[in-house]
Amino acid sequence: MRFLKITCLSLLIMGFFGCDNGPTDPQNMDSFDRKAMLANWADNIIIPAYSDFATKTESLKNAGTAFNEETSQENLDLLRNAFKDAYRSWQKVSMFAIGKAEEETVREYFNIFPVDVEDLKENISSTSYNLSLPSEFDQQGFPALDYLLFGLGENNDDFIQAFTDPSLGENRRNYLLDLVNRIDELTDMVLTDWQSGFRDEFVNNSANSATASVDRLVNDYIFYYEKHLRAGKVGIPAGVFSGSPEAGLVEALYAEDFNRELLLIALDAVQDFFNGKHYDGSQDAVGLDDYLDELETTKNEENLSKLINDQFDAARTAIEGLNMNLNQQVVDDNISMLSAYDQLQLNVVLLKVDMLQALNINVDFVDADGD
Amino acid sequence: MSPFTQIQTYVQKHVEAAPLAVFRILFGILMFLSLVRFGLNGWIDKFYIQPDFHFSYLGFEWVKPIGVYTYLIFLVCGISSLMVAMGYKYRFAIITFFLSFTYIELMDKSTYLNHYYFISILSFLMIFLPANVYFSLDAYQNEKLRFHRVPAWTVDAIKLLLSIVYFYAGIAKLNSDWLLHAMPLKIWLTAKYDIPFIGGLLQKEWVHYAFSWAGLAYDLFIPFLLWNKKTRYIAFVFVVLFHVMTAILFPIGMFPFIMIFAATIFLGVDLHRGVLKGLGNFLDIHQNLFMNRKKWGLQNHGFARKSLLILSLFFLIQLLVPLRFLLYPGELFWTEEGFRFSWRVMLMEKAGYANFKVVDGKNGRRFYVDNSRFLTPFQEKQMAAQADFILEYAHFLEEYYENEGVEDAQIYVESFAALNGRGSQVFVDPNRDLTQIKRSLKARDWIVPFDDKIIGF
Repeated sequence: MRFLKITCLSLLIMGFFGCDNGPTDPQNMDSFDRKAMLANWADNIIIPAYSDFATKTESLKNAGTAFNEETSQENLDLLRNAFKDAYRSWQKVSMFAIGKAEEETVREYFNIFPVDVEDLKENISSTSYNLSLPSEFDQQGFPALDYLLFGLGENNDDFIQAFTDPSLGENRRNYLLDLVNRIDELTDMVLTDWQSGFRDEFVNNSANSATASVDRLVNDYIFYYEKHLRAGKVGIPAGVFSGSPEAGLVEALYAEDFNRELLLIALDAVQDFFNGKHYDGSQDAVGLDDYLDELETTKNEENLSKLINDQFDAARTAIEGLNMNLNQQVVDDNISMLSAYDQLQLNVVLLKVDMLQALNINVDFVDADGD
Repeated sequence: MSPFTQIQTYVQKHVEAAPLAVFRILFGILMFLSLVRFGLNGWIDKFYIQPDFHFSYLGFEWVKPIGVYTYLIFLVCGISSLMVAMGYKYRFAIITFFLSFTYIELMDKSTYLNHYYFISILSFLMIFLPANVYFSLDAYQNEKLRFHRVPAWTVDAIKLLLSIVYFYAGIAKLNSDWLLHAMPLKIWLTAKYDIPFIGGLLQKEWVHYAFSWAGLAYDLFIPFLLWNKKTRYIAFVFVVLFHVMTAILFPIGMFPFIMIFAATIFLGVDLHRGVLKGLGNFLDIHQNLFMNRKKWGLQNHGFARKSLLILSLFFLIQLLVPLRFLLYPGELFWTEEGFRFSWRVMLMEKAGYANFKVVDGKNGRRFYVDNSRFLTPFQEKQMAAQADFILEYAHFLEEYYENEGVEDAQIYVESFAALNGRGSQVFVDPNRDLTQIKRSLKARDWIVPFDDKIIGF
């Protein structure tokens, strides 16, 4: 008994009292600095991405206003370009559904597709609509603009005609203006929030709990990758979840040669975020890849960060082999679309199982005793 | 003395009732606070009302949340816990508590925690204990129910249960992951870098090992140190230190405090008398009223002599259930056959991913399931790493899609799981149609064997 007692006491003392006499100077900590990673995310990726996006949404708003004032082919072309620029830029912020973006459900307002064309037409003809209602998610944002700018007719004259039509032309112009104003307004709200306080709140909340920034953003990130990128942009049109391909469910259905480009931009953004790469591309700074390396996370004797990057690259190669119109790809050769999906899918396992386990990311605030 | 007379002497031995009364009061109050906390966190809604689908324990599929009325179950449970604390209509109150609390825990196994199970069986045990004969409203109002002394076994029963919990928790840590790899503490502690003062230390490997070994020693030896009159006070200091530490490090809610207060039952009776004296002065109920030198015996018990038999069986089951894993082949941490109800606490960091494929047996159409349509993120996480959840969910999908017009739905799963820092590997056999497998306690031959070895329990 004495032996037991002494062993027990010494182990416990070692375990607990040992904690109090160690130096805790943060500069000397040989640990991964989660706060530095958060700061890199906020200062070099998220805020620059939103700033850029906000510039594009402002141009979009201005182009929309100009088109409303003078409905000409020239202004339509400018507006279409502004739309494409903004939609491209959106792909780089969509994954950051945290803070105001989450509160205001910006992603739902901006990019639920397919657009509900019937309800959209109804909105235009009745002029009684409230775009801030969740029931109108699928009648606004980029998919609605895609339809108005590229789907209303066959050739350019049809569009000018539609927007100058004596009965509904003005309604259409006003609706379009409301859409671009709303996008710009919500974007400004999100950006302003990041710039006025949320940045510090985000960076300082560097703990390890379901409500801490790393846990939340990584959960959001994986959710985005799985649900919006993998499923929304590729899996759903390819019929992965329904059993039959549905070309009409692609992103940017109406603007030609555009949706594969959007998908590739989104994939780059996801991979760059994983690597902590600055938004301007100038530096590969501290990100999840470094965090995993610091924890020496390996799988089959390969660094997990490398496996994930390789898999992103494999997915990119598969997507680059697809038609520039993914809807056409689904119609012509859905097998290739499904192969691209499979490449995206393989990374879900690495991100959601291997990475989440290594980083000890909490999914939800709940009591746990480690199962 | 023959063993029989020894037992007889033991059964007839009496001790003061004060420790049992203090235990009852603390138990009732802590349960009430736990339930209030659960409600205030919004968890009743989140775990029992919002989800469309609930994971059931085998044989308890009929226990389901009852919509908004689920709040009533919690209310009943809360009121009964206060009645237990007051010792008011105690037998009725503790039975109500046991039933309502257990019902809550059976509603969805996603929220399974060892300590909820502990509360369930502890409250069951308390049904048979005379916890209301001293310093309770029942005994205050009715002189006949007032007893100064109770059989020693009634206090020892609680001590025994606590000892079983600790000891088995210790045994469960005797494995190579825990001892030789400091897993999963290495993962968990490293992530706690932001904890003031010790966050830096938690990054060091020797600290992970120290915590693993200290935790093991604590669990194995603390019951003996608490039973021993010479060491019980120093042991109690360790109980406090240990559980405060776990409260700081891990999201385990009220459990550390419940264990700290429960352990007071091991301490000297002077302390309990002192506590009740203080409480008595405050409430203007004098403890002397209960010090009537009367001894409570089984003849005073509502359930008469059956109590001892029931409790003997109860403890036999408690000793055997944690060992049932021995009946199963395969790695326990991987298959989790015999994992629950066995005081296996903080042993695994396990993550999984499960992608379900529905195949129409008639026309061969196949598609994948979006799990978020049916499960909350928390449920999905629990489901993906535990095979019995995967099977139950697959059966739910079969029913759902057959109602949706899929004929003869076959369900396959592409699943991966990762355990204690290892890379992910395939979990459930992707070629088995899960609709053809019945839920049962039989060994799960449809799990792909674990490709590593964990030595020990």
